[in-house]
Amino acid sequence: MSARFVLAVGALLVCLVAGPAPAVAQTAAAAQTPAAPADDDCLACHGDSSATRANGSSVAVAADVIAKSVHGPLTCVSCHAGLAKTTEWPHPETVEAAACSTCHGQEGRNYDDSVHGRAVAKSGLAVAPRCSTCHGTHSIQRPSNPASSVHRASIVGTCTKCHEGIAPLYAKSVHAQPLGPDKSAAAVCSDCHTAHRIQRGDTDAWRLSVIDECGTCHLQRISSYRDNFHGQKTTLGSTRTATCSSCHDHHVILPASDPASTVAPQNLVATCRSCHPQASAAFVKYDPHADKHDRARSAPVYWTYRSMQVLLLGVFAFFGAHTLLWFPRSYRARRERRSAAAAKEDRSS
Amino acid sequence: MTPGDRHFVRFKPYQRAMHLVLFTSFLGLAATGLPLMFSHRPWAGTLARGLGGIQAAGVLHRIFAVMLLTLFAGHVAELAWRLVRRREHGVLWGPSSMVPQPHDAAQMWQHILWFVGKAERPHFDRYTYWEKFDYWAVVWGMVIIGGSGLLLWFPEFFAAVFPGWIYNVALILHGEEALLATGFIFTIHFFNSHFRPEKFPMDMVMFTGQVTEQELRRERPAEYERMSRDGTLDTRASPPAPGWLSLAGRVVGGAAVALGLVLLVLILVGTL
Repeated sequence: MSARFVLAVGALLVCLVAGPAPAVAQTAAAAQTPAAPADDDCLACHGDSSATRANGSSVAVAADVIAKSVHGPLTCVSCHAGLAKTTEWPHPETVEAAACSTCHGQEGRNYDDSVHGRAVAKSGLAVAPRCSTCHGTHSIQRPSNPASSVHRASIVGTCTKCHEGIAPLYAKSVHAQPLGPDKSAAAVCSDCHTAHRIQRGDTDAWRLSVIDECGTCHLQRISSYRDNFHGQKTTLGSTRTATCSSCHDHHVILPASDPASTVAPQNLVATCRSCHPQASAAFVKYDPHADKHDRARSAPVYWTYRSMQVLLLGVFAFFGAHTLLWFPRSYRARRERRSAAAAKEDRSS
Repeated sequence: MTPGDRHFVRFKPYQRAMHLVLFTSFLGLAATGLPLMFSHRPWAGTLARGLGGIQAAGVLHRIFAVMLLTLFAGHVAELAWRLVRRREHGVLWGPSSMVPQPHDAAQMWQHILWFVGKAERPHFDRYTYWEKFDYWAVVWGMVIIGGSGLLLWFPEFFAAVFPGWIYNVALILHGEEALLATGFIFTIHFFNSHFRPEKFPMDMVMFTGQVTEQELRRERPAEYERMSRDGTLDTRASPPAPGWLSLAGRVVGGAAVALGLVLLVLILVGTL
């Protein structure tokens, strides 16, 4: 009997025995324990600005900060749900983490599936970010509020608190330049990496999915990319083909007009050579974003496409008409042949 | 056997074998290439996965391409040999040549008049104008699709000669010409050769190699009369095709036509 089987049977038994238990416990708790502590009960201790743990670290809570946060209308135990059922006061120093995903379910599931969530849950990485690492704790604000740590203007600062090395690279990029009516950066971390479903940058799944993230802003570029060889292949899941960042780099993304850009004319040979080792000055005259509808950008492609359209139209128009005329005549010919054969048989019989 | 029931050879075994290789590689190229062209359609991903992923589809595409290019090179070599060594000038002109000749244009016009009841059916010889069109469409396709395909296969090599934008042009040519070729074969060629009421559901001549005397007299009276006159008719007489060959032809040909029609539907879904 394999170890896995024993484990599975064991797990099943545990589930069967333990399954109904929480429900029973809840009913019992409702009947026997006093009501959950009210905010005033909590603030009786935490409202004291000098309240500390045994090790001296503060556990003070500023009631006015919570009141001004987006969670102002909630009670303490709405988030600190583990304390709703506690009967022992003061409660132990180690308490359950705030239950954000009770309300923010989708965000919670996305986070669980992200590199951050997996680092916490699977790898037990203590320094991996939890909700509060990015969003703060009692002072949480909506992302649209400039005071929020995840407001567009602040999000780069929030992420680079941990991702320190990225900060100077990103700062150079065209994405760090102000754009739009609010003059915030053109693209911030979460625009490309998503807010909660953040993946490792070196996985194939991420390399393929980030193309569409680029495409949410670069509409024309994504369409012409998808229309050319690299984009057609990545659409079908090829992981050996150039994606946006293969040519344009990531974080230090610069316009072609910048001499430091990977797609500046003088750097193209080197950039293409990362996949095509024999690439030459002639080779890099290939346009991965050629657009068959854009005469100004891609004249040879435009005229080739137009000529082929004329050829296809001509051939199908001629032979389409030819076929449509032939069909009824051929049908008559078949019937004539059959009736002639029948008449012949009649005569011979 | 009464005289009208005799059978005659129209295509020799090696010619039928060439057609078999031709349509096998053609269908293979279409099935492995169309997903790339229609990569934005959901069926493209399904088909590519079914072929073992886009990388595997690319490898298969190149294998079929080598198959077809080899066939084409073999055909050109055969023609050159017949022309140069055996001095068969009939390859270039005359009733057994695939070269378009003035009577082809005249017969095309007369055929169209026959469609609308304004003329007699033309007295076709061995190759009709639409068969010659099919043939030259393949030659043209081989040059355009084969040439652009080789460019795209070895871009770094050809960049010694061509500027890089040639690959942009090659990609458009390759795809559009492939649409023309597949669209034409799966509609016009299928109709002309198999689906038109006089042939429906399938003309077996390219599989058995044979036509009956009645068919030959009705379809290609000029060839029948010419061969009767010069005495070559009897040398072409043959016993009827064995049952297994007809059956194999029906199965293989039927499967090929069915696959072609499936691909046609995918193309239409992808284009419209």
